Amino acid sequence: MQILILLVQIAILVGVVLLHVAYATYFERKIIGHMQVRMGPMLVGWHGLLQPIADGIKSFFKEDIIPEQADKPLFLAAPIICLVSMMVSLAVLPFAKGWALADINIGLLFIFAMSSLASYGIILAGWASNSKYTLLGGMRSMAQVISYEISLGLSLVGVMMLSGSLNLTQIVEAQGSSFTGMYIFTQPVAFFVFFVAMLAETNRVPFDLPEAETELVSGYCTEYSGMRYAMFFMAEYIGMFVMASIGVVCFLGGWNGPFNVPFFPPIWFILKVYLIMFVFIWIRATLPRYRYDQLMTIGWKLLIPLALGNIFFTGLVKIVIN
Amino acid sequence: MIKATTVDIPVSAGNEDHYRLRMGPQHPATHGVLRVDLDLDGETIMECEPHVGYLHRGFEKLAEHRTYVQNLVLTDRLDYIAAMANNVGYCEAVEKLLKIEVPLRAKYLRTMVCEMARISSHLLWLATHALDIGAMTVFLYCFREREELLELFAELCGARLTTTYTRLGGVRQDVTHSIMMKLVRFVDAFPANIEEYETLIDTNRIWLKRTVNVGTVSARDAVSLCLTGASLRGSGVDYDVRKHFPYAAYDLVDFEIPRGETGDTYARYRCRMEEMRQSNHILRQCIEQMPPGPIIGDDAPDLVMPNKPGRKVEVDTPARQGLIKLVEDRDIFMEGDVYVPTEVPKGELGFYFISDGNGSPYRMHIRSPSFIHIGALKTLAKGAMVADLIAIIGTLDVVLGECDR
Repeated sequence: MQILILLVQIAILVGVVLLHVAYATYFERKIIGHMQVRMGPMLVGWHGLLQPIADGIKSFFKEDIIPEQADKPLFLAAPIICLVSMMVSLAVLPFAKGWALADINIGLLFIFAMSSLASYGIILAGWASNSKYTLLGGMRSMAQVISYEISLGLSLVGVMMLSGSLNLTQIVEAQGSSFTGMYIFTQPVAFFVFFVAMLAETNRVPFDLPEAETELVSGYCTEYSGMRYAMFFMAEYIGMFVMASIGVVCFLGGWNGPFNVPFFPPIWFILKVYLIMFVFIWIRATLPRYRYDQLMTIGWKLLIPLALGNIFFTGLVKIVIN
Repeated sequence: MIKATTVDIPVSAGNEDHYRLRMGPQHPATHGVLRVDLDLDGETIMECEPHVGYLHRGFEKLAEHRTYVQNLVLTDRLDYIAAMANNVGYCEAVEKLLKIEVPLRAKYLRTMVCEMARISSHLLWLATHALDIGAMTVFLYCFREREELLELFAELCGARLTTTYTRLGGVRQDVTHSIMMKLVRFVDAFPANIEEYETLIDTNRIWLKRTVNVGTVSARDAVSLCLTGASLRGSGVDYDVRKHFPYAAYDLVDFEIPRGETGDTYARYRCRMEEMRQSNHILRQCIEQMPPGPIIGDDAPDLVMPNKPGRKVEVDTPARQGLIKLVEDRDIFMEGDVYVPTEVPKGELGFYFISDGNGSPYRMHIRSPSFIHIGALKTLAKGAMVADLIAIIGTLDVVLGECDR
């Protein structure tokens, strides 16, 4: 019975998140459209509201092309690895108090592990396609993920030190239900490092080098088509959602509304997630792309020292206060 | 039977671990059908070999079998982004050969459409260059203004890209009041629009990182690589055909030639942005100074629509009639050769004719800036990274239609 209830919960979560992915693309296209003096999708449904569903149907019925020279098992496995590892990390997200599928003590570490696993999917896709552009894309992705995973992890160490836990629910509760308790005020440097590393981790502009369309013609997913391409796409959007959720949990007070407003808590959570997603999209509409070596320079010479310094000062302040 | 051969980049012994990448001819960032063979060490370019010819249509040979009037339409298809400037360049050259005098109003009209074409071409350059570097929004902002110019072209001569607006001895159509009003509105609004693009990228840290010290070429190298246009002026060389060998009404209007100093991608970007401002300034002067009068000279060869009074229709088809007029009415054709350069948005476009006194050129050679700029790619890209190559192709501002003729 316990398992049955859990399965139903999983089904509901996956369903909601997939619907979210569909409408996150709509959200992004509309916002970018209006920022770029055009309308975005307008034709399918009222103001293009049915566009994500039309896109889904289109990619589902498209021909599934597997290149002759490709390494077939790996080629088939890559998008699945990407999507599954991203979906699995949804399990530990607390949408409200008690609203996490698996309220485990190493929630934060679990998410890191899963998002690193997703990069295996990208590397394998780059390798298995047996194309030069995808290999370059895969290589870039590997280097990028290795560099930025470190600063992402280090930036959250300060949060762990303040809350004294790796459990996501406890991190939220440690921030208290008031507006001023949010860790963004006590850990601004960590938030900055986290935000930049988050952009790199999810392959968003200005760090979208693995899929730089003008140089690498979409990088690792050049050879993918139809549903397999859509799976990479979904993985990217779920990744955005997961990373934005970590940001909300660790820095923006999770499901707590401002000034103790009693309200349906998941709404606050989703609103904050979409606030971060809006900034993602805003950045995409504004900034050019970094070059490969410049990206590495920022990661190793700027973000990691900043994150380490932040850990040092957090520890120092903690000792002084105690 | 022609034997198809594939030429690979030679890789010297011991360099087997270099990564060979063939970029193009179908690649979104090579602006058409340019193929670049790369020899990569990691992402650093060790060797870069541009290959052209995928859009070769044989215009120079084709021109030998057509009359001077008929050849005009071929020039639309050279640099299809700024067809007006090519039309003017061709007509200036043929008029020098045939010694036709152009009335003043036509000269001003030519200057005007040339500068409109320059703005439209630079807008497309900025749009694609920014898109290549990743700034997507600039692309759509630029197309918003370019659309207005193309609509004006359509109203002026019926086509947005393949204009064929000029005629030997003048231009085809006079401007209407409505066109002038729209142009005035455009000219008034445009400086604010340039500032809008600049707010997005001009001092953007990432843009600076991607363009400063990328694709640097010194003034000496730029001259020996035969670069022209903004690619040359970005290195600080003061050369502009409009100023040094004025044609049309360029000696009657006041404008400055913006120059860069460092010769890198950013300097060329600044140069072209200033050129747009100067073009706008020229457009304003053209509108203010536009003299009244005829738009085509009396001694122009026929094939001007509508037919001018006093010219008899002798042969059935207009094309044939134009040929006859050219060959028979004009008993003296200059024999010899003529080279006339003009400043098109990409650089110096020159037409070289050898005439044997016949109705069509014995040989027509087009000195197209894009072809020569692609030749400089190899030097500029050496030691850069793959992402820089995209920026360098963008900053050289090449159009393959003009490169391959």
